[in-house]
Amino acid sequence: MYNFSYQKVSSIADAVEAMQKAEDGKFVAGGQTMLPTMKHRLASPSDIIDLGGIDELSGINVDGDTVTIGAMTNHAAVAASSDVQSAIPALAKLAGNIGDPAVRNRGTIGGSIANNDPAADYPAAVIALGATVNTNKRQIAGDEFFTGMFETALEEDEVITSVSFSKADAAAYMKFENPASRYAIVGVFVVKSGDGVKVGVTGATPCAHRGMRLEEALNGNFSADAVDGVEIPVEKMNADIHASAEYRAHLVKVMTKRAVEACS
Amino acid sequence: MAVLTGDDLAADGIGPLICGVNVTSDDGEPHRAPVHPALAQGKVNYVGDHVAVVIAESLSQAKDAAEKVEIDYGVLPSVTDTATAAADGQQQIHDNAPNNMCYNWPFGDKAAVDAVFESAHKVSSLDLVNNRMVTNPMEPRAALGDYNSGTEEITLHVTTQNPHVHRLVLSAFNQLAPEHKLRVVGPDVGGGFGAKIFVYAEELVVGWSCRKVNRPVKWTGDRTEAFLADAHGRDHVAHAEMALDENGKFLAMRVNTTANLGAYLSTFATMVPSYLYAFLLAGQYSTPLIYSEVKAVFTNTAPVDACRGAGRPEATFLLERLVDVCAEDMGLDPAEIRRRNFIPVDAFPYQTPVVQCYDSGDYPAALDKALALADYDGFSARAEEAKSRGKRRGVGLSFYVEACGIAPSAAVGQLGAGVGLWESAQVRFNPTGNVQVFTGTHSHGQGHETTFAQLVTEQLGVPIENIEVIHGDTAKTQFGMGTYGSRSLAVGGVAIAKACEKLIEKGKKIAAHALEAAEGDIEFADGNFTVAGTDKAMNIAEVAFNAYVPHSYPEGLEPGFDENAFFDPMNFSFPAGTHVCEVEVDPETGVVKIIKYSAVDDFGKLINPMIVEGQVHGGIVHGVGQALLEGCQYDSDGQLITASYMDYAMPRADNVPSFDVDYAPTDPPHNPLGVKGCGEAGAIGAPPAVINAITNALGIKHIDMPATPENVWRAAQSAS
Repeated sequence: MYNFSYQKVSSIADAVEAMQKAEDGKFVAGGQTMLPTMKHRLASPSDIIDLGGIDELSGINVDGDTVTIGAMTNHAAVAASSDVQSAIPALAKLAGNIGDPAVRNRGTIGGSIANNDPAADYPAAVIALGATVNTNKRQIAGDEFFTGMFETALEEDEVITSVSFSKADAAAYMKFENPASRYAIVGVFVVKSGDGVKVGVTGATPCAHRGMRLEEALNGNFSADAVDGVEIPVEKMNADIHASAEYRAHLVKVMTKRAVEACS
Repeated sequence: MAVLTGDDLAADGIGPLICGVNVTSDDGEPHRAPVHPALAQGKVNYVGDHVAVVIAESLSQAKDAAEKVEIDYGVLPSVTDTATAAADGQQQIHDNAPNNMCYNWPFGDKAAVDAVFESAHKVSSLDLVNNRMVTNPMEPRAALGDYNSGTEEITLHVTTQNPHVHRLVLSAFNQLAPEHKLRVVGPDVGGGFGAKIFVYAEELVVGWSCRKVNRPVKWTGDRTEAFLADAHGRDHVAHAEMALDENGKFLAMRVNTTANLGAYLSTFATMVPSYLYAFLLAGQYSTPLIYSEVKAVFTNTAPVDACRGAGRPEATFLLERLVDVCAEDMGLDPAEIRRRNFIPVDAFPYQTPVVQCYDSGDYPAALDKALALADYDGFSARAEEAKSRGKRRGVGLSFYVEACGIAPSAAVGQLGAGVGLWESAQVRFNPTGNVQVFTGTHSHGQGHETTFAQLVTEQLGVPIENIEVIHGDTAKTQFGMGTYGSRSLAVGGVAIAKACEKLIEKGKKIAAHALEAAEGDIEFADGNFTVAGTDKAMNIAEVAFNAYVPHSYPEGLEPGFDENAFFDPMNFSFPAGTHVCEVEVDPETGVVKIIKYSAVDDFGKLINPMIVEGQVHGGIVHGVGQALLEGCQYDSDGQLITASYMDYAMPRADNVPSFDVDYAPTDPPHNPLGVKGCGEAGAIGAPPAVINAITNALGIKHIDMPATPENVWRAAQSAS
């Protein structure tokens, strides 16, 4: 790890100000990606601005059909929340299967989606549930938030404050884990609601995306069989030592089918 | 702050790292042993090779300085593939190893074997890979050197499985310091699995540089360094054939193996794919003729050496996979073909065609017990039920014999080892009656402190809480050979028992004098010396006190109650077992789930059954890791692409079921304690059990390890 200056701020305004003053600043939420990267000397920010002291960023709130999760809420809290469990059980389950207990007790929803790791779980849920990402500046639609590998619509000094999810008629997340890292080789989040079917896919491609072909098939016939005829473009898939593009494309369909079955 | 290089090492007369076992190549010459400098001189041969050492006052200062060290690398083509390393036209890694060959080592009567194959009823054959593993002990390697300029002594704290071997090698071969001026300390080591047997560059450099800078020098490897520079394990490519008669009896076996030794020879690298591999190819079978040829090659990868099982897992995997292919080819049940070929119970001691003479065994007994434990007869019903859920069940059997209790010194000397492999013990009573047991073996997670204390309690009747087991410090313990090859109890335990016997003999003299009886009338049991037929008795603690305060004492007897013993075994010990693995394959994803795993082993007598069962569990998990998860991969440029736990999959609790473990012990006649050794068994038995289960589930001939979901999915596609 290289030297850096550390600041713990207690308000969003202070966080923004600190970022504007920093030469090469980084916000840190749970630090579950940031800190290992720094330890390996792969990142050398001049300033680390710790959002952990901003009380308003934590907590879970249910208002009618909307579940709003503060950006600094950790995965374990989401998994254990009876509010989330009753409103959107698939989301609680997803949170409860991220990483390991240490990661779940430090990692946050805001940190996860701001980092936008191509194999992270939350992006699939944000996309499929049509969530709204609330920041200190604006509201960003879930399926416009993730713009590329490790890239998001966030501006340099923009801070995620919370993520709002709408309840669904049925939802399920199926994840095929990398046997080493336990990140998603492929994760598929399927949601059925009054607006129709939405499918969020993570792990398969450089950035989480909506499975439009899958949605089209499932809107016509919400059954596992409907997935069989869908063609998943192999050339768009990630490929690495754990899974070839062809295998990933196959897994997208299998995970979708299993999520659909879990919805019914 | 100091930056030191290979030139500095050479200028101080520090010798290169050595390999201690000779293997004679087919040209009659010794194996090719390239010079292995601790710090590279002019050429680096693998990613992880040691280039220079930076010594600073803090870790971050040292890392900053290391980034400023400029090395002008020219890039040479690299050789990483085992199968093609010796092919014509490959980049030559070492000048003295043409075709990147370390040795080509044939063993057996080729003409006789070939003749049997010519006329055999059936020949079954198989090509297979034994995947490279990273050993991955929980604690990474570390070294701390501390030079005392007053006494001119170097104290080297190091993660080692064998402190005296470290001292001997560093002293005799590396000229680090004379043996009496070098103390090696490493009592509490967080796991080894073989990787901490060897003498590494870091240890030599730390020991040398602390004297050079006249300050303590500490190095702690991080996990990345462990991946890059710890000795790796396995990495074979092999072709195996079995000649059978019309009844499925094995007539002869022929094996051709290429073993990757990495860029340089690690301390015992040469013996792993030779003596520890080919001499175990008979397994549990009475195959009369075996011919093996092992080609050991250099590549631009980390050195490969012993890793839990060392050669025996490779032999067992090859043989047990091949026998399953034989069963399929002959239309026989996998259990039945083994029964037809088992070494008969009344044939022990049994001389195999590959040097080893097995001590004892009852293979049918273990098989029967294992099949019952695994409910083998109920398998087809379970397979049907799984099929109704779209899953495919398979059951795999594996049978192994391993050579433990390493090793009879004369035997290993004949083979080319540079050391003897006896073990030592000292059992010392203190005047107040408590006991210190010094062992030359080394505990890095095996629980010797418990097992050896139990052994001494059984022998001497001293309460276990009054016994302390001491190991891991050359300044405390007598010379010993350390721990590997499941030798600690079978060799080191016997040395302890012999020292206890000496104490009892001496104690009888002391008690006889004190109790005014003839020595021949003294009996010893449960810690008490008793005059036979009377109630006159003396506890061993009182005897010890008398020995240290010899006011009234047998004439001519030395004072003190403290005995040494050395034990050199007559033979290896030969644990054996039957393992049965039942898997369920999800053909849609290729995920293999182990449903049930049953192991019935013959370890001889068990001293501490809980520790033994723990070793079996850990070994099986290690073997499951190799079979399903662990695959160390280099790319063609020589980069290790599985250099972290993000890419290298270690087995975890949710990868395995609860194990069913039982024993079918036999009594090894040459071992005074009747023990055999258990530390490696699971890692040897499990890989073929798992793979045989997968091939059975999918109805395929073979799948290489690790059987990753994608590979299994592809196999399922082609099979269906």
